[in-house]
Amino acid sequence: MATEFHNLQELRHSASLANKVFIQRDYSEGTTCKFQTKFPSELESRIERTLFEDTVKTLNNYYAEAEKIGGQSYLEGCLACATAYLIFLCMETRYEKVLKKIAKYIQEQNEKIYAPRGLLITDPIERGMRVIEISIYEDRGSSGSSSGSSSVSGSTAR
Amino acid sequence: MKNCEYQQIDPQALPTPTPTPPPHHGKDTEKKKEPRRPRRKWEVFPGKNRFYCDGRIIVARQSGVLPLTLGLILVTSGLFFIFDCPFLVKHLTSCIPVIGGVLFVFVLITLLQTSFTDPGILPRATPDEAADIEKQIARLRSLCFGFDNTGNTSYRPPPRTKEVLINQQVVKLKYCFTCKMFRPPRTSHCSLCDNCVERFDHHCPWVGNCVGKRNYRFFYTFIVSLSFLTAFIFGCVTTHLALRAQGGKGLVFALQESPGRYPSFTAVELVICFFSVWSILGLSGFHTYLVASNLTTNEDIKGSWSGKSGEDVTNPYSQKNIFINCCSVLCAPMPPSLIDRRGFLPTDESAQTGSADIELPNLAAKSEINVCTQGTKGLLESAALSPLLSTSCPQGKPQNSHSCPETSSALNSDPTSEFSKGCRGNHTSSSHGDTSHPRHTKARSKKCKREALHIPNPAFDVPVSPTSPDAAPDSKAGSHKGGSLTPLH
Repeated sequence: MATEFHNLQELRHSASLANKVFIQRDYSEGTTCKFQTKFPSELESRIERTLFEDTVKTLNNYYAEAEKIGGQSYLEGCLACATAYLIFLCMETRYEKVLKKIAKYIQEQNEKIYAPRGLLITDPIERGMRVIEISIYEDRGSSGSSSGSSSVSGSTAR
Repeated sequence: MKNCEYQQIDPQALPTPTPTPPPHHGKDTEKKKEPRRPRRKWEVFPGKNRFYCDGRIIVARQSGVLPLTLGLILVTSGLFFIFDCPFLVKHLTSCIPVIGGVLFVFVLITLLQTSFTDPGILPRATPDEAADIEKQIARLRSLCFGFDNTGNTSYRPPPRTKEVLINQQVVKLKYCFTCKMFRPPRTSHCSLCDNCVERFDHHCPWVGNCVGKRNYRFFYTFIVSLSFLTAFIFGCVTTHLALRAQGGKGLVFALQESPGRYPSFTAVELVICFFSVWSILGLSGFHTYLVASNLTTNEDIKGSWSGKSGEDVTNPYSQKNIFINCCSVLCAPMPPSLIDRRGFLPTDESAQTGSADIELPNLAAKSEINVCTQGTKGLLESAALSPLLSTSCPQGKPQNSHSCPETSSALNSDPTSEFSKGCRGNHTSSSHGDTSHPRHTKARSKKCKREALHIPNPAFDVPVSPTSPDAAPDSKAGSHKGGSLTPLH
């Protein structure tokens, strides 16, 4: 039975952490950043499989976009080499731009989908890109709301 | 409630519970009142690194021979510009100092970037993650035991390894006891820096840092431009002497002809460049081969993909095309630093770590802090904000024994291979990149002996049970890290 929360604030005040699930990396295609889409059994009662898989697939697509090696990345690499890589000190790299998009996406997912179900996704960059950590909350008292938007937004302020 | 007491004392803190007992906390606030500034994450970093410029610059604990490298480059280039350039500009062309200048600047910048950039350090696993992995390992082992008991022959993998299939190639992932996680592919734990580094190439004492995923391109550009620079200076000095000898009565006369100070300096330049050219060119050639086949020094030395074991192994990371390999190694998007050196710790967190650093641990307080961080209000912040929240508490816990730093290096899952790797890696870079075998073995045995002395307990070499190596060494490693961090700033 999914516990109902109205907003992230309520979850923060009235929920207690029950468990954490870790989605591991999928190394089948090498060292590029990709997470397993296998649905963990602990989440079976909390969220629909399709929603979870959509989230993970979108994250994987974002990371693939960040790490894509194509014409643009060659140009950037050559330009960086020609300037003795000093442009890395001045410019925001493409990866960093995509990471900001990912942080925003995770915050959005938390607010819309996961927090109402008493779950919270932690941005993988906070865990060294090793795992997607999903915290499972149990409602302690009355129905509360989910909080975590502030913490997620705090995590994006790097 | 302790929450309220804390909030009364420190209204600036986040509204999260940090139940330190009042007298203890009062002492803390007295000490902490002065540096009320929030602490940055680099200040509680568990590895053996040093940080400068408020976390912007990271170097290994031992700077190695980086000063020597810098000195050699500066001295040789300086002598070149002062003594050779004027003559060559007069007799040849004025492009020479320009080319020399560009190369010199290139070399210097890439050297500093290699030395001061995070090589791709992986942050250590949070306690929750580590516990989850332990559960996985225990589950796998119980399955294996089940098979054995029924009498069926089944392959039982050695403990603490995981096998994954990468591009149809089986790759074994090892468990790192220090970082409490299964190392991703191509990641290795550097015993000198006490960090797991992604795409670990080697630890280079000449640049005083590990060479890994994030700074490999800087390192490669450095050695290539340095080989051009040394070859250029060598050529110019030889031309200079040849031109002088032509005009005069021979080489010796040319050396003596100039005012007194010239000959010795020219000779110095010649000697340095002569030896450097061969070694640096050799190293550049070796790394060009590595880049073209998408290998790391580590893998090449260990022979991971050369099929030495007789199996049909190929490098699963290679794209089978030299150009694509070069591009993916050198022109890939720059990955971000995962350790977030300059991020701030939450203020309640910095107070806890501060108290841990300052005085002997009040174990009751520490356990309360640990409980509190698993508690209610602080939970979301701690869960989402800072992985170091969990790592710093165990750091602070048993600080009564500042045990020797060598213990932490013994925590690697495979200490002998780690050390031999570190040795070979060290040696590869320290012997001017000369890969000839006699020099290899001599320096390697020296370094390996030195490293081997650091392992107090070779028992860690044996496959270990889940509890014993983690419990005791963890505390020692934690205490060492806690102890080693205080002198940082």
